[in-house]
Amino acid sequence: MYEFVSGPLALISFAIFFIGIITRIVLYVKGLDWRLDRVAYSEKLGAGIKGAARSLFHWLLPLNRTTAKHPIFMAVTYLFHICLIITPIFLLAHIVLIEEAWGISWVNIPDKVADYMALAVIAAGIFFLIRRLTNPNVKILTTAWDYIVLAIALAPFITGFIAYHQLELGAGYKTWLIIHILCGEILLIAIPFTKLSHFVLFFCSRIQLGMDYGIKRGGTKGRGIAW
Amino acid sequence: MAQEAKNQDLPPLVTRKPVKTKEELDLLLADKGVRYYKEMEVFPVDTAALKKTLDATCKSRIRTWLEICAHCSLCADTCFFYLANDNDPKQIPSYKIKSTLGELVKRKGNVDTQFMINCMDTAWGKCTCCNRCGQFCPHGIDMGVMFGYTRGLCFSQGFVPHEMKIGSGMHWLYNAQMDVTVEDYVETCEWMAEENEEYYPGLKIPVDKVGADIMYVVNAREPKHYPQDLAEAAILFHLAGENWTVPSKGWEGTSLAMFAGDWACCKQQVEWVYEAMERLKVKRYVGTECGHQHRATITEGPYWAGRKSGDPPVPGFHYVEWVLEALETGKLKLDPAKKIKEPVTLQDPCNYIRNHGLTDVTRKIMSYIAEDFREMNPNREHNFCCGGGGGMNGIGRYREQRNIGMKVKRDQILATGAKFVVSACHNCWDAIRDLEEVYKIGIKWSFLKPILLEMVIVPDHLKPKEESEEKSA
Repeated sequence: MYEFVSGPLALISFAIFFIGIITRIVLYVKGLDWRLDRVAYSEKLGAGIKGAARSLFHWLLPLNRTTAKHPIFMAVTYLFHICLIITPIFLLAHIVLIEEAWGISWVNIPDKVADYMALAVIAAGIFFLIRRLTNPNVKILTTAWDYIVLAIALAPFITGFIAYHQLELGAGYKTWLIIHILCGEILLIAIPFTKLSHFVLFFCSRIQLGMDYGIKRGGTKGRGIAW
Repeated sequence: MAQEAKNQDLPPLVTRKPVKTKEELDLLLADKGVRYYKEMEVFPVDTAALKKTLDATCKSRIRTWLEICAHCSLCADTCFFYLANDNDPKQIPSYKIKSTLGELVKRKGNVDTQFMINCMDTAWGKCTCCNRCGQFCPHGIDMGVMFGYTRGLCFSQGFVPHEMKIGSGMHWLYNAQMDVTVEDYVETCEWMAEENEEYYPGLKIPVDKVGADIMYVVNAREPKHYPQDLAEAAILFHLAGENWTVPSKGWEGTSLAMFAGDWACCKQQVEWVYEAMERLKVKRYVGTECGHQHRATITEGPYWAGRKSGDPPVPGFHYVEWVLEALETGKLKLDPAKKIKEPVTLQDPCNYIRNHGLTDVTRKIMSYIAEDFREMNPNREHNFCCGGGGGMNGIGRYREQRNIGMKVKRDQILATGAKFVVSACHNCWDAIRDLEEVYKIGIKWSFLKPILLEMVIVPDHLKPKEESEEKSA
C-alpha cells in the first residue's frame, strides 16, 4: 500500500496537478476576448503590463485598502497561505523523498519551524471554519463545497502532524503515513478541479483586472488607481 | 371584461426585441409600467436562446470570477446598498451576483420567469454597476461588470425595467436618450446663441464646422429641459477662444442603451457619434458634464464599434479635462476674489473617476474655484456612487430602493460640513437633487459651468460694446 501511494499514485497526482493547472491557465488566457471583455489587451499592452504589475504588487503584498479595513482576517489569511506553501516544499522529509526519487534537492527548514507552520495552518483553518459557521455575512454565501475544500486543504497538515509526531491515534505510524500521503494527493488532484484552482487563477484574475484598470480605467490618465 | 378584451387587442409590451418603432415607443410611454410588469409576470423564458448566449458570450473572465469567489464576504461593506440597508446580508455583492448570474451559468440558462424577474430586480434595483466592489475584492472579482453583463442577458430575454426599454428605444429612434430630433437640437442651439448674443457679442454655436479643434457632444436633456446648459458651454468655449463646433448628426453621446443592456443599440449609438468625428475631421471630442456619456462614448464605445485599439476615431475628453486645460493654459481666467468662500465638497462620478481615472483633474479644478474645499470620505476612486447611477434615478419600480441607497451619499455630505456640492455629472446632479428633496439636509449643488461663469474674467475684446466703450472713454 505504501509503495503504491508513494509511487505510482504520487506520480499520477503530480501529473494531474501540473497538467491541470497549466490547462487552467491556458484555458483562461484563451477565453479572454478584447471584444467581450472590452479591454484592448494586445493594442495597449504597455499600459496593460503596468496595470497588471501594480495590481499584483498591491495584492500579493498587503498594500491595499481591504487589508487596512480587515487587518485581522487578512493577517490570518496571509499566515495560512504562506505556511501552507512553505511547509510542504521545504519540509526535510519531503525533500528526502524527492531526492531519493529524482536526485534533486534543495534547502530545508528546521523541523521545529515546519511544526509551528503546520500548527499555524491548522489554527488559521479553525479560524476560517468558525468564521464561516458564525458570521452572518459569510454564512449566506456558504455552500457545502466551502467546507469540503477547507477540509481538503487542512487534511494533509493535520495528518502530517500526526504522522510526523508518530502519535498513536487509533492507528499506527504506518497507517497515518499512508493516510497523510493520500490526503496530499487528494489536495493535488483537487486543485485544478475546484476553487482551489485560485492557486493559479488568483494570478490570472489579478493580472486581468490590473490590465483592465491600466488600459481602460485610468492607467493611461496618470499613475492609475490607488489600490 | 370589455376592458380586458380591449387589452388583448393591443400588441404586447414585453418582448425580446428592442423598441424600434414610434408606435411601440408611444405605447410603452402611455402605459407607465402598469400593463408592462403584469405581462412580464407571465412572460416565458427562451431557455435555449439564453443558453446559446451564455455559451457564446460568457467566457474566462466572468466564469473564473464566479468560480474562484472564496465566499469571504469582504465585498460586503464596499457596497453602498449593503451599508444603506442596515448591513443586510442579501445586499452583499457576492450574494447578489451568485444568486442571479451565478445560478444562470450553473443552470445553463434553464430558469423560469420568476427567476428572471428576480435577476432584473437585482441587476437594476440592487446594483448601479459602480464597480466599487471590484476594487476591494482580493481576487479582483468585479461584480459591477458582471451585473452589466447580466443586464444584457435580461434585456435579450425581455426582462428589463420599463424606463430602460423606453430609453434604449429612444436611442434606436432618435440616437438620443430623449425624443429630440437633429432639427430640434440645431434650432435649440440657434435659439440659445441668439438669446445670449447681446451679452457676448459674436457668440455662436457653430454646427458641422469642418476641421474644428473641438467637437462638443451633449446629453439630450440639455436641449430638452436645460437649454441654458448649451448656452453656458457655448459662452465658455467662446471666452476661451476655442475653434469648436457641435455636430448635427452625432450631437448626442449618452447611452440609456448601456444601462438597458441593449448592446446592439450601444454600438449603433456610438457609431453615430464616431461618424460625426470622422465626417467633420475634428481634432478631438469634448463631452458635456455627464459621466455615463463619457463611459459609453469614449471608454466602452470603441469596443462596441469594433475598434481594437479601444480608442475612438479622435481623442475623447470629458468636460472636466477641457476645463482644467483651459484654466491651466489661461484660456479661461477666473477672478480669485470670486472663489467660493463657503465650504464646498466634490462628488466623484463613478463613470469617469473610478472607471476612468480623472481623479486629480477635478481636484485641480477645485483649487481654482474654492477656498474651503472639503473632501468626502471615502473619496477619489474609492468614493461611493451617488445612489442613482446605472439608470436607477429613472426607474420607478426601484425608486424606494434608490432613496434608501442615497443615505450613504447623504451621510458623506453631512460629514464634510459643507452645504454646497460640486457635481459634474448629470446623473449625480439628479441624485443629489433628489437626495435633498427626500432628506432635506439643506444643501445646494451645481455643475461646473454655472460656477465658472460666475467667476470667469471676460476679455475686453469680448465684452458687449457699451461696456468696452465706457472703459476706453
